[in-house]
Amino acid sequence: MRTQYIAVLAVAALGTSAASVRVAPAGGTVSGKVTYTGTPPKMKPIDMAKEPNCAKEHAAAPVLTETVVTGPGNSLRWVVVYVSAGDQGSTPGTATVRLDQKSCQYIPHVLVVQPNQPLDIYNDDPHSHNIHPLAKVNSEWNRSQPAGAPPIHTTWEQPEFIPVKCNVHPWMHGWHMVLATSHYAVTGEDGAFSLQGLPPGKYTVTAWQEQFGTQSQDVTITGNETKAVNFVFKATPY
Amino acid sequence: MRLHARGVALVSSLGVLLAAGGTTVGSAQESHVDGVTGHAAAGKKVYRRYCMLCHGPDGDGAGENAMWIDPKPRDFTLAVFKCRSTPTGTLPTDEDLLNAMSRGFVTTNMPPWLPLSRQNRADVVAYIKTFSPKWKTKTAGTPVPVPPEPALTIQSILHGRDLYQKMECWKCHGSKGHGDGPSAATLTDNKDLPIRPYDFSSGSRFKCGITNRDLYKIFMTGLDGTPMPSFADDIKPEEGWDLVHFLRTLQPLDTPELALWRGWFASHAGELKPIGPGTGQ
Repeated sequence: MRTQYIAVLAVAALGTSAASVRVAPAGGTVSGKVTYTGTPPKMKPIDMAKEPNCAKEHAAAPVLTETVVTGPGNSLRWVVVYVSAGDQGSTPGTATVRLDQKSCQYIPHVLVVQPNQPLDIYNDDPHSHNIHPLAKVNSEWNRSQPAGAPPIHTTWEQPEFIPVKCNVHPWMHGWHMVLATSHYAVTGEDGAFSLQGLPPGKYTVTAWQEQFGTQSQDVTITGNETKAVNFVFKATPY
Repeated sequence: MRLHARGVALVSSLGVLLAAGGTTVGSAQESHVDGVTGHAAAGKKVYRRYCMLCHGPDGDGAGENAMWIDPKPRDFTLAVFKCRSTPTGTLPTDEDLLNAMSRGFVTTNMPPWLPLSRQNRADVVAYIKTFSPKWKTKTAGTPVPVPPEPALTIQSILHGRDLYQKMECWKCHGSKGHGDGPSAATLTDNKDLPIRPYDFSSGSRFKCGITNRDLYKIFMTGLDGTPMPSFADDIKPEEGWDLVHFLRTLQPLDTPELALWRGWFASHAGELKPIGPGTGQ
Protein backbone atom coordinates (compact mmCIF):
# COMPACT_ATOMS: atom_id res chain seq x y z
CA MET A 1 0.00 0.00 0.00
CA ARG A 2 0.98 3.54 -0.43
CA THR A 3 2.08 4.11 3.16
CA GLN A 4 4.53 1.27 3.02
CA TYR A 5 5.78 2.53 -0.31
CA ILE A 6 6.41 5.99 1.15
CA ALA A 7 8.12 4.49 4.20
CA VAL A 8 10.43 2.40 2.03
CA LEU A 9 11.29 5.42 -0.09
CA ALA A 10 11.92 7.51 2.99
CA VAL A 11 14.36 5.00 4.35
CA ALA A 12 16.08 4.37 1.06
CA ALA A 13 16.24 7.90 -0.21
CA LEU A 14 16.70 9.94 2.94
CA GLY A 15 18.43 7.45 5.13
CA THR A 16 17.79 7.20 8.82
CA SER A 17 19.27 9.91 11.00
CA ALA A 18 21.35 9.05 14.01
CA ALA A 19 19.15 8.15 16.96
CA SER A 20 17.79 11.33 18.56
CA VAL A 21 18.47 11.87 22.21
CA ARG A 22 15.30 11.33 24.21
CA VAL A 23 14.55 14.62 25.96
CA ALA A 24 14.48 14.23 29.72
CA PRO A 25 11.26 15.36 31.46
CA ALA A 26 13.26 17.88 33.44
CA GLY A 27 14.64 20.85 31.55
CA GLY A 28 13.75 24.39 30.74
CA THR A 29 10.35 25.65 29.67
CA VAL A 30 9.40 28.36 27.23
CA SER A 31 5.84 29.48 27.70
CA GLY A 32 3.67 32.42 26.90
CA LYS A 33 0.69 33.65 24.96
CA VAL A 34 0.01 34.60 21.38
CA THR A 35 -2.15 37.69 21.00
CA TYR A 36 -2.91 40.34 18.40
CA THR A 37 -3.21 44.08 18.16
CA GLY A 38 -5.37 45.93 15.71
CA THR A 39 -8.56 44.65 14.11
CA PRO A 40 -8.63 41.07 12.87
CA PRO A 41 -10.84 40.04 9.94
CA LYS A 42 -14.33 38.91 10.86
CA MET A 43 -14.81 35.22 10.41
CA LYS A 44 -17.73 34.44 8.14
CA PRO A 45 -20.47 31.85 8.64
CA ILE A 46 -20.12 28.98 6.20
CA ASP A 47 -23.09 28.11 4.02
CA MET A 48 -23.11 24.34 3.76
CA ALA A 49 -26.27 24.16 1.67
CA LYS A 50 -24.40 22.14 -0.96
CA GLU A 51 -24.09 19.34 1.59
CA PRO A 52 -27.52 19.03 3.23
CA ASN A 53 -26.27 16.53 5.84
CA CYS A 54 -23.84 19.08 7.18
CA ALA A 55 -26.12 22.07 6.78
CA LYS A 56 -28.59 20.28 9.04
CA GLU A 57 -26.01 19.56 11.70
CA HIS A 58 -24.95 23.18 11.90
CA ALA A 59 -28.42 24.67 11.51
CA ALA A 60 -28.52 25.89 15.11
CA ALA A 61 -25.00 27.34 15.17
CA PRO A 62 -23.36 27.95 11.78
CA VAL A 63 -19.67 27.19 11.56
CA LEU A 64 -17.38 30.14 11.00
CA THR A 65 -14.32 30.21 8.76
CA GLU A 66 -11.15 29.49 10.68
CA THR A 67 -8.40 31.59 9.12
CA VAL A 68 -8.19 33.88 12.16
CA VAL A 69 -9.74 32.46 15.31
CA THR A 70 -9.57 34.74 18.32
CA GLY A 71 -10.30 34.29 21.98
CA PRO A 72 -10.69 36.31 25.15
CA GLY A 73 -7.99 38.89 25.78
CA ASN A 74 -7.15 39.25 22.06
CA SER A 75 -5.71 35.76 22.01
CA LEU A 76 -5.11 33.82 18.81
CA ARG A 77 -6.03 30.20 18.39
CA TRP A 78 -4.46 27.65 16.02
CA VAL A 79 -1.03 29.28 16.24
CA VAL A 80 1.79 26.77 15.96
CA VAL A 81 4.71 27.63 18.26
CA TYR A 82 7.82 25.54 17.75
CA VAL A 83 11.59 25.45 18.10
CA SER A 84 13.00 26.37 14.71
CA ALA A 85 16.63 26.45 15.83
CA GLY A 86 18.25 24.65 18.73
CA ASP A 87 17.75 21.20 20.17
CA GLN A 88 15.12 19.50 18.08
CA GLY A 89 13.92 17.06 20.67
CA SER A 90 13.08 13.48 19.83
CA THR A 91 11.40 11.56 17.08
CA PRO A 92 7.80 10.62 17.80
CA GLY A 93 8.15 6.89 17.23
CA THR A 94 4.80 5.33 16.46
CA ALA A 95 2.52 7.81 18.23
CA THR A 96 -0.30 8.34 15.73
CA VAL A 97 -1.88 11.67 14.95
CA ARG A 98 -5.54 11.63 14.02
CA LEU A 99 -7.48 13.83 11.61
CA ASP A 100 -11.26 13.64 11.47
CA GLN A 101 -13.59 14.90 8.81
CA LYS A 102 -16.73 15.50 10.78
CA SER A 103 -19.78 17.51 9.85
CA CYS A 104 -17.82 18.85 6.89
CA GLN A 105 -14.98 20.24 8.99
CA TYR A 106 -11.41 19.19 9.56
CA ILE A 107 -10.90 18.38 13.22
CA PRO A 108 -8.38 19.69 14.19
CA HIS A 109 -8.07 22.67 11.87
CA VAL A 110 -4.29 22.63 12.32
CA LEU A 111 -2.43 19.43 13.15
CA VAL A 112 1.27 18.85 13.67
CA VAL A 113 3.17 15.73 12.68
CA GLN A 114 6.86 15.01 12.57
CA PRO A 115 8.45 13.48 9.48
CA ASN A 116 7.28 9.88 8.99
CA GLN A 117 4.97 10.04 12.00
CA PRO A 118 1.83 7.98 11.35
CA LEU A 119 -1.19 10.08 10.43
CA ASP A 120 -4.65 8.50 10.32
CA ILE A 121 -7.44 10.26 8.47
CA TYR A 122 -11.04 9.34 9.29
CA ASN A 123 -14.26 10.17 7.50
CA ASP A 124 -16.95 10.41 10.17
CA ASP A 125 -19.61 11.76 7.83
CA PRO A 126 -22.34 9.84 5.96
CA HIS A 127 -20.99 11.07 2.62
CA SER A 128 -17.71 11.19 0.72
CA HIS A 129 -14.88 13.59 1.19
CA ASN A 130 -11.72 13.84 -0.82
CA ILE A 131 -8.50 14.74 0.94
CA HIS A 132 -6.26 16.91 -1.18
CA PRO A 133 -3.08 18.06 0.60
CA LEU A 134 -1.43 20.75 -1.50
CA ALA A 135 2.10 19.70 -0.72
CA LYS A 136 5.01 21.10 -2.71
CA VAL A 137 8.10 19.74 -0.96
CA ASN A 138 6.30 16.52 -0.13
CA SER A 139 4.25 14.73 -2.76
CA GLU A 140 0.82 16.16 -3.45
CA TRP A 141 -1.93 13.54 -3.58
CA ASN A 142 -5.71 13.41 -3.75
CA ARG A 143 -7.77 10.50 -2.45
CA SER A 144 -11.47 9.97 -2.21
CA GLN A 145 -12.81 8.60 1.07
CA PRO A 146 -16.45 7.48 0.97
CA ALA A 147 -18.69 7.16 4.00
CA GLY A 148 -17.73 4.16 6.10
CA ALA A 149 -14.38 3.72 4.38
CA PRO A 150 -11.45 2.64 6.56
CA PRO A 151 -9.08 5.39 7.75
CA ILE A 152 -6.34 6.51 5.42
CA HIS A 153 -2.93 5.74 6.91
CA THR A 154 -0.27 8.08 5.64
CA THR A 155 2.88 9.92 6.61
CA TRP A 156 4.69 13.05 5.54
CA GLU A 157 8.42 12.78 4.86
CA GLN A 158 9.74 16.33 4.84
CA PRO A 159 9.17 19.40 7.01
CA GLU A 160 6.61 21.59 5.29
CA PHE A 161 3.49 23.62 6.05
CA ILE A 162 0.87 21.84 3.96
CA PRO A 163 -2.56 23.37 3.29
CA VAL A 164 -5.24 20.71 2.89
CA LYS A 165 -8.56 21.06 1.16
CA CYS A 166 -11.59 19.04 0.17
CA ASN A 167 -12.62 19.72 -3.42
CA VAL A 168 -16.18 18.50 -2.94
CA HIS A 169 -16.67 20.85 0.02
CA PRO A 170 -14.77 24.02 -0.88
CA TRP A 171 -15.08 25.59 2.57
CA MET A 172 -13.04 22.83 4.19
CA HIS A 173 -9.52 24.07 4.86
CA GLY A 174 -6.95 22.66 7.19
CA TRP A 175 -3.22 22.47 7.73
CA HIS A 176 -0.76 19.65 8.16
CA MET A 177 2.32 21.15 9.77
CA VAL A 178 5.25 18.79 9.33
CA LEU A 179 7.87 19.85 11.88
CA ALA A 180 11.30 18.35 12.37
CA THR A 181 11.15 19.19 16.07
CA SER A 182 9.16 17.58 18.85
CA HIS A 183 9.18 20.89 20.74
CA TYR A 184 5.93 22.39 19.51
CA ALA A 185 2.54 23.48 20.71
CA VAL A 186 -0.68 24.59 19.06
CA THR A 187 -2.49 27.36 20.91
CA GLY A 188 -6.05 26.91 22.08
CA GLU A 189 -8.70 29.55 22.61
CA ASP A 190 -6.58 31.16 25.33
CA GLY A 191 -3.61 31.60 22.99
CA ALA A 192 -1.32 29.96 25.52
CA PHE A 193 1.55 27.62 24.76
CA SER A 194 4.22 25.81 26.73
CA LEU A 195 7.33 24.11 25.34
CA GLN A 196 8.79 21.89 28.02
CA GLY A 197 11.77 19.65 28.56
CA LEU A 198 14.24 21.91 26.72
CA PRO A 199 17.89 21.05 27.39
CA PRO A 200 20.24 23.97 28.06
CA GLY A 201 21.19 25.90 24.96
CA LYS A 202 20.22 28.65 22.55
CA TYR A 203 16.85 28.43 20.87
CA THR A 204 14.87 30.25 18.24
CA VAL A 205 11.17 29.93 18.93
CA THR A 206 8.86 30.60 15.98
CA ALA A 207 5.12 31.26 15.98
CA TRP A 208 3.12 30.67 12.79
CA GLN A 209 -0.40 31.84 12.12
CA GLU A 210 -1.91 31.00 8.75
CA GLN A 211 -2.94 34.53 7.87
CA PHE A 212 -0.30 36.59 9.67
CA GLY A 213 2.78 34.51 8.91
CA THR A 214 5.66 33.84 11.27
CA GLN A 215 7.51 35.61 14.05
CA SER A 216 10.60 34.41 15.81
CA GLN A 217 12.31 35.16 19.09
CA ASP A 218 15.60 33.94 20.50
CA VAL A 219 15.77 32.51 23.99
CA THR A 220 18.49 30.81 26.01
CA ILE A 221 17.87 28.02 28.50
CA THR A 222 20.50 27.41 31.17
CA GLY A 223 18.81 24.94 33.48
CA ASN A 224 15.27 24.14 34.58
CA GLU A 225 13.97 27.69 34.48
CA THR A 226 10.84 28.91 32.75
CA LYS A 227 11.32 31.67 30.22
CA ALA A 228 8.34 33.79 29.24
CA VAL A 229 8.04 34.44 25.51
CA ASN A 230 5.00 36.17 24.08
CA PHE A 231 4.09 36.78 20.48
CA VAL A 232 1.98 39.68 19.28
CA PHE A 233 0.74 39.71 15.69
CA LYS A 234 -0.47 42.86 13.96
CA ALA A 235 -3.97 42.08 12.74
CA THR A 236 -5.63 43.83 9.83
CA PRO A 237 -9.23 43.42 8.69
CA TYR A 238 -8.13 42.03 5.29
CA MET B 1 0.81 -3.56 -27.07
CA ARG B 2 3.35 -1.84 -29.24
CA LEU B 3 5.84 -1.52 -26.40
CA HIS B 4 5.89 -5.24 -25.66
CA ALA B 5 6.25 -6.11 -29.32
CA ARG B 6 9.28 -3.89 -29.58
CA GLY B 7 10.67 -5.18 -26.29
CA VAL B 8 11.45 -8.52 -27.87
CA ALA B 9 13.92 -6.89 -30.21
CA LEU B 10 15.55 -4.69 -27.55
CA VAL B 11 18.79 -5.14 -25.72
CA SER B 12 17.80 -6.98 -22.56
CA SER B 13 18.89 -4.28 -20.11
CA LEU B 14 16.76 -1.66 -21.80
CA GLY B 15 13.93 -4.17 -21.86
CA VAL B 16 14.20 -4.66 -18.10
CA LEU B 17 14.12 -0.92 -17.50
CA LEU B 18 11.09 -0.53 -19.74
CA ALA B 19 9.26 -3.33 -17.98
CA ALA B 20 9.99 -1.66 -14.66
CA GLY B 21 8.07 1.24 -16.05
CA GLY B 22 10.34 4.03 -14.91
CA THR B 23 13.80 5.35 -14.31
CA THR B 24 16.16 4.31 -11.58
CA VAL B 25 17.11 6.77 -8.86
CA GLY B 26 20.02 8.96 -9.92
CA SER B 27 19.37 8.71 -13.65
CA ALA B 28 17.09 11.73 -13.78
CA GLN B 29 19.09 13.00 -16.71
CA GLU B 30 17.95 10.11 -18.86
CA SER B 31 14.71 8.62 -20.01
CA HIS B 32 14.12 5.10 -21.23
CA VAL B 33 11.02 4.85 -23.29
CA ASP B 34 9.69 3.39 -26.51
CA GLY B 35 12.94 1.67 -27.42
CA VAL B 36 15.00 4.81 -27.06
CA THR B 37 17.22 6.45 -24.44
CA GLY B 38 16.64 10.15 -24.07
CA HIS B 39 19.23 12.59 -22.75
CA ALA B 40 18.47 15.81 -20.92
CA ALA B 41 21.23 17.80 -22.61
CA ALA B 42 19.74 17.12 -26.03
CA GLY B 43 16.24 17.62 -24.67
CA LYS B 44 17.10 21.07 -23.44
CA LYS B 45 17.68 22.26 -26.99
CA VAL B 46 14.35 20.87 -28.16
CA TYR B 47 12.61 22.29 -25.08
CA ARG B 48 13.93 25.78 -25.66
CA ARG B 49 12.81 25.67 -29.27
CA TYR B 50 9.31 24.25 -28.78
CA CYS B 51 8.26 24.23 -25.13
CA MET B 52 9.87 27.14 -23.34
CA LEU B 53 7.47 29.84 -24.46
CA CYS B 54 4.59 28.26 -22.58
CA HIS B 55 6.27 26.13 -19.95
CA GLY B 56 8.92 28.72 -19.16
CA PRO B 57 12.72 28.59 -19.25
CA ASP B 58 12.66 27.23 -15.70
CA GLY B 59 9.90 24.73 -16.38
CA ASP B 60 7.54 26.43 -13.93
CA GLY B 61 4.66 26.89 -16.35
CA ALA B 62 5.22 30.66 -16.45
CA GLY B 63 6.48 31.15 -19.98
CA GLU B 64 5.63 34.37 -21.75
CA ASN B 65 2.61 32.80 -23.45
CA ALA B 66 1.24 31.49 -20.20
CA MET B 67 -0.68 34.58 -19.24
CA TRP B 68 -2.82 34.32 -22.38
CA ILE B 69 -3.84 30.71 -22.13
CA ASP B 70 -6.16 28.69 -19.94
CA PRO B 71 -5.66 26.03 -18.65
CA LYS B 72 -2.16 27.08 -17.66
CA PRO B 73 0.86 25.13 -18.88
CA ARG B 74 2.15 22.38 -16.63
CA ASP B 75 4.52 23.50 -13.88
CA PHE B 76 7.26 20.85 -14.02
CA THR B 77 8.97 22.12 -10.87
CA LEU B 78 6.23 20.51 -8.76
CA ALA B 79 6.54 17.11 -10.46
CA VAL B 80 2.76 16.77 -10.23
CA PHE B 81 1.19 15.30 -13.36
CA LYS B 82 -2.39 14.57 -14.41
CA CYS B 83 -2.06 11.71 -16.82
CA ARG B 84 -0.25 8.81 -15.24
CA SER B 85 -0.40 5.08 -14.93
CA THR B 86 0.91 5.39 -11.35
CA PRO B 87 -0.90 5.90 -8.03
CA THR B 88 -1.79 9.36 -6.76
CA GLY B 89 1.15 11.12 -5.12
CA THR B 90 3.74 9.21 -7.12
CA LEU B 91 5.84 10.18 -10.11
CA PRO B 92 4.74 9.16 -13.61
CA THR B 93 6.71 6.73 -15.70
CA ASP B 94 8.76 7.92 -18.66
CA GLU B 95 6.11 6.35 -20.85
CA ASP B 96 3.40 8.42 -19.15
CA LEU B 97 5.33 11.61 -19.89
CA LEU B 98 6.01 10.59 -23.47
CA ASN B 99 2.35 9.72 -24.01
CA ALA B 100 1.17 13.03 -22.59
CA MET B 101 3.55 14.94 -24.84
CA SER B 102 2.70 12.89 -27.92
CA ARG B 103 -1.05 12.93 -27.37
CA GLY B 104 -1.24 16.55 -26.33
CA PHE B 105 -4.13 17.74 -24.17
CA VAL B 106 -7.35 18.13 -26.11
CA THR B 107 -9.23 21.41 -25.49
CA THR B 108 -6.01 23.06 -24.27
CA ASN B 109 -3.09 24.81 -25.93
CA MET B 110 -0.89 21.73 -25.59
CA PRO B 111 -0.75 20.15 -29.05
CA PRO B 112 0.21 16.59 -29.92
CA TRP B 113 3.98 16.62 -30.43
CA LEU B 114 4.10 13.65 -32.78
CA PRO B 115 5.78 15.82 -35.43
CA LEU B 116 8.86 15.68 -33.21
CA SER B 117 10.88 12.52 -33.63
CA ARG B 118 10.71 9.82 -31.01
CA GLN B 119 14.28 10.61 -30.02
CA ASN B 120 13.45 14.29 -29.63
CA ARG B 121 10.47 13.51 -27.45
CA ALA B 122 12.44 11.05 -25.32
CA ASP B 123 15.14 13.69 -24.88
CA VAL B 124 12.53 16.21 -23.74
CA VAL B 125 11.16 13.70 -21.23
CA ALA B 126 14.66 13.41 -19.78
CA TYR B 127 15.02 17.19 -19.64
CA ILE B 128 11.64 17.70 -17.99
CA LYS B 129 12.84 15.49 -15.16
CA THR B 130 15.58 17.97 -14.33
CA PHE B 131 13.13 20.68 -13.27
CA SER B 132 12.19 19.11 -9.94
CA PRO B 133 14.47 17.69 -7.23
CA LYS B 134 11.88 14.96 -6.65
CA TRP B 135 13.24 13.04 -9.63
CA LYS B 136 16.59 12.73 -7.85
CA THR B 137 15.22 11.07 -4.73
CA LYS B 138 12.16 9.17 -5.92
CA THR B 139 11.40 6.65 -8.60
CA ALA B 140 8.23 6.45 -10.63
CA GLY B 141 5.30 4.81 -8.89
CA THR B 142 4.36 1.22 -9.60
CA PRO B 143 1.70 1.33 -12.31
CA VAL B 144 -1.78 0.50 -11.05
CA PRO B 145 -2.89 -3.01 -11.95
CA VAL B 146 -5.43 -2.98 -14.75
CA PRO B 147 -7.15 -6.36 -15.04
CA PRO B 148 -8.33 -7.44 -18.48
CA GLU B 149 -11.61 -5.84 -19.49
CA PRO B 150 -14.50 -8.27 -18.93
CA ALA B 151 -17.32 -8.81 -21.37
CA LEU B 152 -19.80 -5.98 -21.63
CA THR B 153 -23.13 -6.79 -19.95
CA ILE B 154 -26.07 -4.73 -18.77
CA GLN B 155 -25.29 -5.88 -15.23
CA SER B 156 -21.86 -4.32 -15.57
CA ILE B 157 -23.36 -1.02 -16.70
CA LEU B 158 -25.92 -1.05 -13.90
CA HIS B 159 -23.29 -1.79 -11.29
CA GLY B 160 -21.21 1.04 -12.72
CA ARG B 161 -24.22 3.30 -12.32
CA ASP B 162 -24.44 2.27 -8.67
CA LEU B 163 -20.79 3.15 -8.24
CA TYR B 164 -21.34 6.54 -9.86
CA GLN B 165 -24.00 7.17 -7.22
CA LYS B 166 -22.13 5.67 -4.25
CA MET B 167 -18.77 7.23 -5.02
CA GLU B 168 -20.62 10.52 -5.41
CA CYS B 169 -19.13 11.27 -8.82
CA TRP B 170 -22.34 13.21 -9.50
CA LYS B 171 -21.35 15.83 -6.94
CA CYS B 172 -18.90 17.26 -9.45
CA HIS B 173 -19.77 15.57 -12.74
CA GLY B 174 -23.53 15.94 -12.32
CA SER B 175 -26.27 13.33 -12.32
CA LYS B 176 -26.12 13.06 -16.11
CA GLY B 177 -22.38 13.65 -16.36
CA HIS B 178 -22.73 17.18 -17.72
CA GLY B 179 -20.06 18.55 -15.40
CA ASP B 180 -22.72 20.50 -13.52
CA GLY B 181 -22.85 18.83 -10.14
CA PRO B 182 -23.44 20.82 -6.95
CA SER B 183 -19.72 21.18 -6.29
CA ALA B 184 -18.68 21.87 -9.88
CA ALA B 185 -18.82 25.64 -9.79
CA THR B 186 -16.36 26.01 -6.90
CA LEU B 187 -13.67 23.58 -8.02
CA THR B 188 -10.10 24.83 -8.01
CA ASP B 189 -6.85 23.15 -8.93
CA ASN B 190 -3.66 22.99 -6.88
CA LYS B 191 -2.83 26.57 -7.83
CA ASP B 192 -6.28 27.71 -6.68
CA LEU B 193 -7.30 28.42 -10.28
CA PRO B 194 -10.87 27.56 -11.30
CA ILE B 195 -11.23 24.28 -13.13
CA ARG B 196 -14.22 22.44 -14.59
CA PRO B 197 -14.98 18.75 -14.23
CA TYR B 198 -15.18 16.67 -17.39
CA ASP B 199 -18.48 16.93 -19.22
CA PHE B 200 -19.31 13.48 -20.56
CA SER B 201 -22.13 14.84 -22.70
CA SER B 202 -19.60 16.76 -24.79
CA GLY B 203 -18.29 13.53 -26.31
CA SER B 204 -14.87 15.12 -26.14
CA ARG B 205 -11.77 12.98 -25.82
CA PHE B 206 -10.43 12.56 -22.30
CA LYS B 207 -7.27 14.53 -21.74
CA CYS B 208 -5.51 11.34 -20.74
CA GLY B 209 -6.46 9.18 -23.70
CA ILE B 210 -9.49 7.82 -25.54
CA THR B 211 -9.69 4.12 -24.72
CA ASN B 212 -11.62 2.31 -22.01
CA ARG B 213 -8.29 1.45 -20.45
CA ASP B 214 -7.31 5.13 -20.32
CA LEU B 215 -10.65 5.92 -18.68
CA TYR B 216 -10.08 3.16 -16.13
CA LYS B 217 -6.72 4.60 -15.17
CA ILE B 218 -8.13 8.09 -14.76
CA PHE B 219 -10.18 7.29 -11.68
CA MET B 220 -7.75 4.70 -10.34
CA THR B 221 -4.82 7.10 -10.34
CA GLY B 222 -6.60 10.40 -9.88
CA LEU B 223 -5.60 13.42 -11.90
CA ASP B 224 -2.96 14.88 -9.60
CA GLY B 225 -3.02 18.64 -9.33
CA THR B 226 -6.77 18.73 -10.01
CA PRO B 227 -9.85 18.07 -7.87
CA MET B 228 -10.18 14.59 -9.40
CA PRO B 229 -9.11 12.16 -6.68
CA SER B 230 -7.99 8.58 -6.86
CA PHE B 231 -10.64 5.98 -6.11
CA ALA B 232 -8.15 3.13 -5.95
CA ASP B 233 -8.86 2.64 -2.24
CA ASP B 234 -12.60 2.45 -2.78
CA ILE B 235 -13.26 0.67 -6.07
CA LYS B 236 -12.13 -2.93 -6.53
CA PRO B 237 -10.07 -3.48 -9.70
CA GLU B 238 -12.79 -5.58 -11.37
CA GLU B 239 -15.47 -3.07 -10.42
CA GLY B 240 -13.50 -0.36 -12.18
CA TRP B 241 -14.57 -1.80 -15.52
CA ASP B 242 -18.23 -1.60 -14.51
CA LEU B 243 -17.78 2.10 -13.93
CA VAL B 244 -16.03 2.47 -17.28
CA HIS B 245 -18.94 0.78 -19.03
CA PHE B 246 -21.44 3.07 -17.35
CA LEU B 247 -19.44 6.21 -18.06
CA ARG B 248 -19.44 5.39 -21.76
CA THR B 249 -23.26 5.53 -21.73
CA LEU B 250 -23.02 9.18 -20.70
CA GLN B 251 -21.14 10.11 -23.85
CA PRO B 252 -22.86 10.77 -27.20
CA LEU B 253 -20.50 8.39 -28.95
CA ASP B 254 -21.17 5.32 -31.05
CA THR B 255 -20.09 2.83 -28.38
CA PRO B 256 -21.31 -0.71 -27.69
CA GLU B 257 -21.98 0.43 -24.12
CA LEU B 258 -24.41 3.10 -25.21
CA ALA B 259 -26.10 0.76 -27.69
CA LEU B 260 -26.59 -1.88 -25.01
CA TRP B 261 -27.81 0.72 -22.54
CA ARG B 262 -30.34 2.21 -24.94
CA GLY B 263 -31.75 -1.20 -25.71
CA TRP B 264 -32.22 -2.00 -22.04
CA PHE B 265 -33.39 1.46 -21.07
CA ALA B 266 -36.25 1.35 -23.57
CA SER B 267 -38.11 -1.22 -21.50
CA HIS B 268 -36.63 -0.86 -18.01
CA ALA B 269 -36.31 2.86 -17.44
CA GLY B 270 -38.87 2.82 -14.65
CA GLU B 271 -36.70 0.57 -12.52
CA LEU B 272 -33.95 3.12 -12.15
CA LYS B 273 -33.53 5.31 -9.11
CA PRO B 274 -32.40 8.78 -10.13
CA ILE B 275 -28.76 9.66 -9.52
CA GLY B 276 -28.18 12.45 -7.08
CA PRO B 277 -28.73 13.55 -3.50
CA GLY B 278 -30.98 11.78 -1.07
CA THR B 279 -31.43 8.62 -3.11
CA GLY B 280 -30.67 5.15 -1.86
CA GLN B 281 -27.95 6.15 0.62
